[in-house]
Amino acid sequence: MNLNTLWAYANPKKFIQTTDRVLPWVAGLAALALVLGLIWGFFFTPEDYRQGSTVKIIYLHVPSALMAINAWLMMLVTSLVWIVRRHHVSALAARAAAPVGMVMTVIALITGAIWGQPMWGTWWAWDPRLTSFLILFLFYLGYIALWEAIENDDTAADLTSILCLVGSVFALLSRYAVNFWNQGLHQGASLSLDKEENVADVFWYPLLVCIAGFVLLFVALVLLRTRTEIRARRMRVLLARERMGA
Amino acid sequence: MIALLIRDFRLAMRAGGGFGLGLAFFLIVVTLVPFGVGPQSALLATIAPGILWLGALLSCLLSLDRIFALDWEDGSLDLLATSPLPMEAIVTVKALAHWVTTGLPLVLAAPVFALLLNMPAAGYQPLVLSLLLGTPALSVIGTFGAALTVGLKRGGLLLSLLVLPLYVPTLIFGAEMARRGAEGFDTTTPLLMLAGITCGTIALLPFASAAVLRVNLR
Repeated sequence: MNLNTLWAYANPKKFIQTTDRVLPWVAGLAALALVLGLIWGFFFTPEDYRQGSTVKIIYLHVPSALMAINAWLMMLVTSLVWIVRRHHVSALAARAAAPVGMVMTVIALITGAIWGQPMWGTWWAWDPRLTSFLILFLFYLGYIALWEAIENDDTAADLTSILCLVGSVFALLSRYAVNFWNQGLHQGASLSLDKEENVADVFWYPLLVCIAGFVLLFVALVLLRTRTEIRARRMRVLLARERMGA
Repeated sequence: MIALLIRDFRLAMRAGGGFGLGLAFFLIVVTLVPFGVGPQSALLATIAPGILWLGALLSCLLSLDRIFALDWEDGSLDLLATSPLPMEAIVTVKALAHWVTTGLPLVLAAPVFALLLNMPAAGYQPLVLSLLLGTPALSVIGTFGAALTVGLKRGGLLLSLLVLPLYVPTLIFGAEMARRGAEGFDTTTPLLMLAGITCGTIALLPFASAAVLRVNLR
């Protein structure tokens, strides 16, 4: 793979041009996959013999939980790219991804609570997985708050990317520390690549479509928000220039 | 380095408010808890390790913004940055000074406060040991948070928001060790994990704090 072609997109102009073409497709596909996956999942799959219709919340819960973690991973990668190569688009993409990831975390927590109420008999338990998601939510909050608090763009990008690196280490540490601290109520991983069968096929295929939909939705939202950030920054520069001239 | 350390000690001692304040805050937290949960001594004894750890953590947090704020305001941080001392060393010394003036008094006072909360006798040694091992990590992590927010006008609340999630692993293992100790269980596992976290943060985090401080002084 030729890496030079990848770095070309670090040019904001090129980025905007490319995403102009790509964004409608990604957004359209996301909408299609979500509509297809959710309708398939909600109306055309059988009810679980023990969980009844509540099992269907899996189509929202699992993809959003997955994306909540992947969003942080993406922020980690883009932060590293910013620190190493100092491409502004990268820093802005990290900034753009944070609120999306935070919302995914909230969706995962809320759908989990709604499912947990009839199934576990409680909205919330201090279970390792639930707790680490709450902690992840706090990390998102801190990261976003730091972006908002600093006025200078480059300083903010530097500080938040270092926070993202340090935070990743501590988030991982917390994940395993929490395991040690309390035994879980949450079931094991519903999806893993090394298992023969994860969930029954009837639930599995619509779930895959929903996951694809969430991934595409995330990509579309991040691209859109990154474009907005780039344009907002351009506008600030233009306004500043105008004031200087006047 | 030693000169800087001594200077920071002197400032903390004489400037007032820095040295005893953390300790007083710790005492207040411990005093307020029985008002909140009721005076039953059995209940207090169960939650004592957790309360003491939380109190120590909060009083540590309270003094964090003083690590760099005063030096930032009067410009001595810029002087330090241009001195031959590497930034990593400055940050480490600052964290050490913070620990000696805030963490160490908390460790020493913890047994007295544990008495107030009616903690079982077996718990004293693990409690003190866990605080002794854990509070340096709190200071080092806090120094990182303080370095992040040093240039901000109202950084105090943001500082708590940034630092508290980072405190989670330390708190979990520290409080777990104190709790196991108080209940008479084996404390080896949390002890080792806590020591690991402390050593890891002391070894690695000064580099991050120094990088952050350089950005802020740019």
